[in-house]
Amino acid sequence: MRSQTFWRNLTLAPALILFALLTLVPMINLVALSFHEVAWLNRISNWSFVGLRNYARLSGDTLFRAGIWNTVLFAVVAVALQMILGFGLALMTTQITRGRLFYRTIFILPILVPGIIIGAIWKLMYSYDFGVINQVLMLVGLTPQDWLGSSQLALLSVIVVDVWHWTPFCFLLLLASLETLPEDIYEAARTDGATGWHCFRYLTLPLMIPALTVTFVFRMILAFKVFDEIYLLTGGGPGTSTEVISFTIYRRFFTEDQTGYGAAISVATIAVIAMIIIAASRLTMKKETE
Amino acid sequence: MEGVQSAAERRTMVLQHLALSLFALVVLFPFLWILAASFKNQIDLLMGRVLFTPVLTSFQSVLFGSTSDYMRNFGNSMVIGIGSTVLVLIVATLAAWSLYRMEWPAWVLHSLLGWTVIFHMVPPITLAGAWYTMFRSLGMDNTYTGLILAHTTLHLPMALWMMGVFVRDVPKELVEAAEIDGASPPTILWKIIVPLVRPGLAATGILTFIFSWNEFPVALTLTQRQTATVPLGIGKYAQENTIAFTEMAAASVLSIVPAFVLLIFAQRFIVRGLISGAVK
Repeated sequence: MRSQTFWRNLTLAPALILFALLTLVPMINLVALSFHEVAWLNRISNWSFVGLRNYARLSGDTLFRAGIWNTVLFAVVAVALQMILGFGLALMTTQITRGRLFYRTIFILPILVPGIIIGAIWKLMYSYDFGVINQVLMLVGLTPQDWLGSSQLALLSVIVVDVWHWTPFCFLLLLASLETLPEDIYEAARTDGATGWHCFRYLTLPLMIPALTVTFVFRMILAFKVFDEIYLLTGGGPGTSTEVISFTIYRRFFTEDQTGYGAAISVATIAVIAMIIIAASRLTMKKETE
Repeated sequence: MEGVQSAAERRTMVLQHLALSLFALVVLFPFLWILAASFKNQIDLLMGRVLFTPVLTSFQSVLFGSTSDYMRNFGNSMVIGIGSTVLVLIVATLAAWSLYRMEWPAWVLHSLLGWTVIFHMVPPITLAGAWYTMFRSLGMDNTYTGLILAHTTLHLPMALWMMGVFVRDVPKELVEAAEIDGASPPTILWKIIVPLVRPGLAATGILTFIFSWNEFPVALTLTQRQTATVPLGIGKYAQENTIAFTEMAAASVLSIVPAFVLLIFAQRFIVRGLISGAVK
């Protein structure tokens, strides 16, 4: 009979092989690529070593700088709005018990729909000539706006889409944890004469910190990956006004076929994200030990 | 006194329902709008008419038009979605069982889980470049196998966390009793673990399929016309010089159907999965 260790190794092997071949090797490959210039001839890639030249190009690349800046701006503003709106609504509606299934079905729908379709939906609604938003504006006597075509408005328009897309999910997550808060401490506080605001400030808010953190981190990670909606809505434009980092990588690596330089941007992006994650986890850990 | 209080309570209740309904309407409206657009003809859409005679021409040209790739995209998405979901379920169940129920040193568990967390945080497009280079050298770009493997890897971290939760819920005593009876590890896995984690398999499977169905950047980089998936087909409408808005709407509506059906019939699995796994 085969030993326990044999089965243990065998059952973990597929996952290990998959992660090794498709995450670890590519990441190493990416680092290697970033020091090279690559030319394709049929299926054979020709690497020539260029040292740090690809990295040196980063700081002068306006697309890369716009990409990083817009991604951070997009993530921070969109996620902050979603959290505030979602939490506010969750606080308002904790007592509702009737029609839950109905509401929940509607609120889950946006996150199960392909991002590209979210883009298609809003492309229709934002259209300058026949979009419903401009129609309503004209109906009430305001000037129609070029929501996606103006460099002042485009990023804001994309943020609005993301807020619409994700607020319902933030709401559901925060509502679920609001409901697990113990009822008796509120009763105790109220008999001690605590007002609604005090209950919120000194009970609900501290008790909700873990759930708020989880929701925030979850959303930030996804917001940094944003690509699909922007691909469909603006393609990064006009100019670089909605250029996000995933888009920059796509453009440099695939559209312009700059494999080596695209790899350098990828490595730099991964490094930036890793730094943000480490800083964030340090910060939350510090908070917890305080 | 009682009556006054309940009247006030009823008023807040009505207000809360009003707020929630308004919120639901805001969420739902864009979907209804594109649904309406998919039944409009080009002129009604471009004139922004709210009242119109519904027509099926957009659906017809999306489904049966000679230049439309939609049916092929749909088939490709099905093959890739089902293929990667089956693979993900097998690999994740085996790995979860191994990690949580067999004696691994703590560092193995932690470094593997740590790695899944890091990988999950990295934008897929950063790795898509490396995958593309690798697959192209191997002649695996523009194949089902390439994209199935990529989607399996992308969704494996989430599946592993979710299946981990379910596998840990299996009572240890049950497994120990079977071991005393002389059951081998494969028997235990197949006869005890798998039947008990069936809800977990359903939740993980449904979410993996939906995420694979929705995935865009990696499919964009690893496929061409023959293997392109549904999101790519819709992305193409927006890339053309004159956007065929009504057809884009019709194709979008058709592409929401699978997720919508799953949402109606398997909502409890989806909710459980999203809350236990996706957030980790």
